Amino acid sequence: MNSDKIKMATKDMSFFYGDYKALNEISLEFAANRVTALIGPSGCGKSTYLRTLNRMNDIIPDSKVVGNVQLDGVDIYAKDVDVVDVRRRVGMVFQKPNPFPKSIFNDVAYGLRVNGIKNKGELQGRVEKSLKAAALWEEVKDRLGESALGLSGGQQQRLCIARAMAVEPEVLLMDEPASALDPIATQKIEELIIELKDRFTIIIVTHNMQQAARVSDYTAFFYLGKLIEMDATENIFTRPKLKQTEDYITGRFG
Amino acid sequence: MIAHLRLEIEKLKKQTLSLSAIVEKSLWMAMRTVLEKDSVTARKVIESDSVIDKMEVEIEEECLKILALHQPVAVDLRFIVATLKMNNDLERIGDLAVNIAERGLYLAEMESCVLPFDFTEMAEKVQAMLKKSLDSLVNLDAKLAREVAAADDEIDDLHRKNYELTRQLIETQAVNAVCSIHGLSISRYLERIADLADNISEDVIYMVDGEIVRHKSQFETLAKNSDEK
Repeated sequence: MNSDKIKMATKDMSFFYGDYKALNEISLEFAANRVTALIGPSGCGKSTYLRTLNRMNDIIPDSKVVGNVQLDGVDIYAKDVDVVDVRRRVGMVFQKPNPFPKSIFNDVAYGLRVNGIKNKGELQGRVEKSLKAAALWEEVKDRLGESALGLSGGQQQRLCIARAMAVEPEVLLMDEPASALDPIATQKIEELIIELKDRFTIIIVTHNMQQAARVSDYTAFFYLGKLIEMDATENIFTRPKLKQTEDYITGRFG
Repeated sequence: MIAHLRLEIEKLKKQTLSLSAIVEKSLWMAMRTVLEKDSVTARKVIESDSVIDKMEVEIEEECLKILALHQPVAVDLRFIVATLKMNNDLERIGDLAVNIAERGLYLAEMESCVLPFDFTEMAEKVQAMLKKSLDSLVNLDAKLAREVAAADDEIDDLHRKNYELTRQLIETQAVNAVCSIHGLSISRYLERIADLADNISEDVIYMVDGEIVRHKSQFETLAKNSDEK
């Protein structure tokens, strides 16, 4: 991490659902153009944490963030910050593929139109670029007008990644992006993640520890709403510093 | 799944411990053949090597199976990797015990052969070293494992002395050169066994602490020298 530029960071960040403190003073830094995996048992707070990074939790009533979440050193919860702009810069891909009931083209173009791009040539160029980057172009280029819902699960997920990329975010958050997919589709998504880190900073939540080991440069282990250990992935999986981490990744608890 | 991995690892641990026990006994018997000119025991050591070889292959297969089926990480991964390496070292010690027994057999048959040096001290030290490294494995005791390296230097010194003595004796034609060479070979085998015991202890340290101590001083010297440049 020493030589890597920091793209995002949280400082002593806590998150509350009402009175319940779901996240406990989490301080973490995310290196630019690197993949960071968040691992931990169900309910450890890793998805809640991920959602604080583009203010997806804002819509949950009676929830609050205390502390600091920074994107390029600027607090994204500051009063003068536009939440729409935050979400454009920090995109998200969900566990279950969620294509819009539109054509493949319009699905990917949706975010661009929302952002005011109307020029047909520009739209076409950016849709193609995104689909290519998501390794889906070859499979769909002849049926861009067909419904996105007709694609296979793995294709739908790559479509969602293309849609997230179309608005050219700087950070991509992925919440178990491959957990609903078969091994071949999973492999494609994993290869994609590794390719995409040249362009984005990627933060991925995964239940699949082998996946974290395969795709990420850094791994952070969460337990009971706390960050337990964060280190280079190879260190976490060969010689973690803390026994709690070792017990979790070797399946001794969790 | 995970409970299953635990069972496999326990089984592997038991196999490795049985192999260590057999190898330790083999070395002890080999040294008896030299110290007591006992050809019966020498033959037993030579014959029992195939048992060690068979166990080595079984342990390796077990390790490969666990790696392929369970993809272990952290302490479990270190355990498998260290076991693979120790397994190799234990088999090599078994071979060296056979080499010693073969020399012992020759000496037992050559009544007139008088060894130029007494192996009692060196044999005791090497066996103690091997025992310590294997105890550190049994108890996963990295502290005990770290004590083994120090003893290795003593063995190296003893071997150097034996070499010097043999050279002098051959030069002055004070003893039968063939007997001396057999003696020196035994010294060399013991010195190799000490090195392998040292390797085992290094693997125990890696297994327990995740630290690779091998060649550490060498790397530190290199780093220091490049810093100074």
